[in-house]
Amino acid sequence: MSHKFRSQRVSLPLILLFGFLVIGSVVAAESDPWLRPDFAPAPPENQLTPARIHLGQLLFFDPRLSRKSTMSCASCHNPALGWSDGLPTASGFDMHTLARATPTIVNTSFNPIQMWDGRKSTLEDQATGPIEAAGEMNLPLPELIERLKAIPGYASKFEAAYPGMGITAVTVARGLASFERTVLSTESPFDRWRKGDEKAVSASAKHGFELFQDKAKCAVCHMGYNFTDNGFHNIGLKTEGEPDVGRFAQRPLKSMHGAFKTPTLRDIALTAPYMRNGSYKTLMEVVEHYDRGGDDKTNLDINMVPLSLTASEKQDLVAFLESLTGVPPDVRVPALPH
Amino acid sequence: MTRSQTVFRLSLMAVVVACAMPALAGDQTVSQAKKAFTVGVLKAKVGDTVTFRNDDEFAHNVFSLSDAQSFDLGSYKKGEVRSVKLTAPGTIEVECAIHPEMKMKIEVAK
Repeated sequence: MSHKFRSQRVSLPLILLFGFLVIGSVVAAESDPWLRPDFAPAPPENQLTPARIHLGQLLFFDPRLSRKSTMSCASCHNPALGWSDGLPTASGFDMHTLARATPTIVNTSFNPIQMWDGRKSTLEDQATGPIEAAGEMNLPLPELIERLKAIPGYASKFEAAYPGMGITAVTVARGLASFERTVLSTESPFDRWRKGDEKAVSASAKHGFELFQDKAKCAVCHMGYNFTDNGFHNIGLKTEGEPDVGRFAQRPLKSMHGAFKTPTLRDIALTAPYMRNGSYKTLMEVVEHYDRGGDDKTNLDINMVPLSLTASEKQDLVAFLESLTGVPPDVRVPALPH
Repeated sequence: MTRSQTVFRLSLMAVVVACAMPALAGDQTVSQAKKAFTVGVLKAKVGDTVTFRNDDEFAHNVFSLSDAQSFDLGSYKKGEVRSVKLTAPGTIEVECAIHPEMKMKIEVAK
């Protein structure tokens, strides 16, 4: 008994010290603006549950959510391709090439505004948009609901996720949004460095991060743990043919003509080609674009200026950007209900 | 009268006239800092002028598409200001076009 007591007296301060260290590191991690929170926020009416995530996963991978049952959400947001598609611009209904690149959905659950032009505000708003868009999955929502109701295996899935609410456009949207809230970036070398592992990234990447915040001005828009200001900027991309007005369609203001939402840089090494029109194949090409201060100066964002980066500085920026990519998790493609 | 006396008198007159202008009494300044307007709801009157000052390191914009009054003050860098004169009563919803999370209201009384 006395031995036990003595051992408790010895271990208690150690436990307290360990506790303080753990709490301290958690607090430090949480207060670091470059480290993302562990969980994405969900609205009160659609809190995450395993049943909701499971339903959303089924819907996400189900090609029957498209008119010809040939496209699922995962056709464009492919987990094997950084939750994008590896194409310059997306391939839509009947393989028609669309005007804009498929944005990754990694960490999109942290964003208060969705889509390249911000026309949707929440994941729930966004979820059914591509399903009914004529150029994309092209399936009107009433038709989708009838189709899902005719698949017996879905009834129990919807009931488990949203008891008493049935199969509706609302529950489809909420299920998809729930699954998307689980699509998060994994711990990257950059994250391990921020948490104290000095060997996690190279000296080049560390210098690249300094440049990112200072001389290269990247953090003016790519700020915080998700590396986006959730804002809209015309960055002067060269365009062919009819210019894409971007955010101007939602906010008819001069500064929004040709402006698009700042994308995340998380897992960026997995999502080439880059930019909203897929015009650059490599991160070096992207850095070169910003070094030039953009190409098309029409209505250029006033933050865009030539940077005069040296060749070494450009390499450092690329090394830093590559350090933002973690090891992608294995994603299970579920068996679909019949 | 010497040239310096003339300059002094003109300056004095300018100050007196400026102080007598009723619009100045209603002038208000709102800062844009840390990606937010520093005022959530501003009370003002028709004829007042509201000035927006960018105190962030990056560009901001100010606009409103409200029925009460619409305007677009454009985009501007740190340290720069833009002003709007309030012309009608009502509630004006003000946003930054670049950063849509930045919102505030101006409640304009007659």
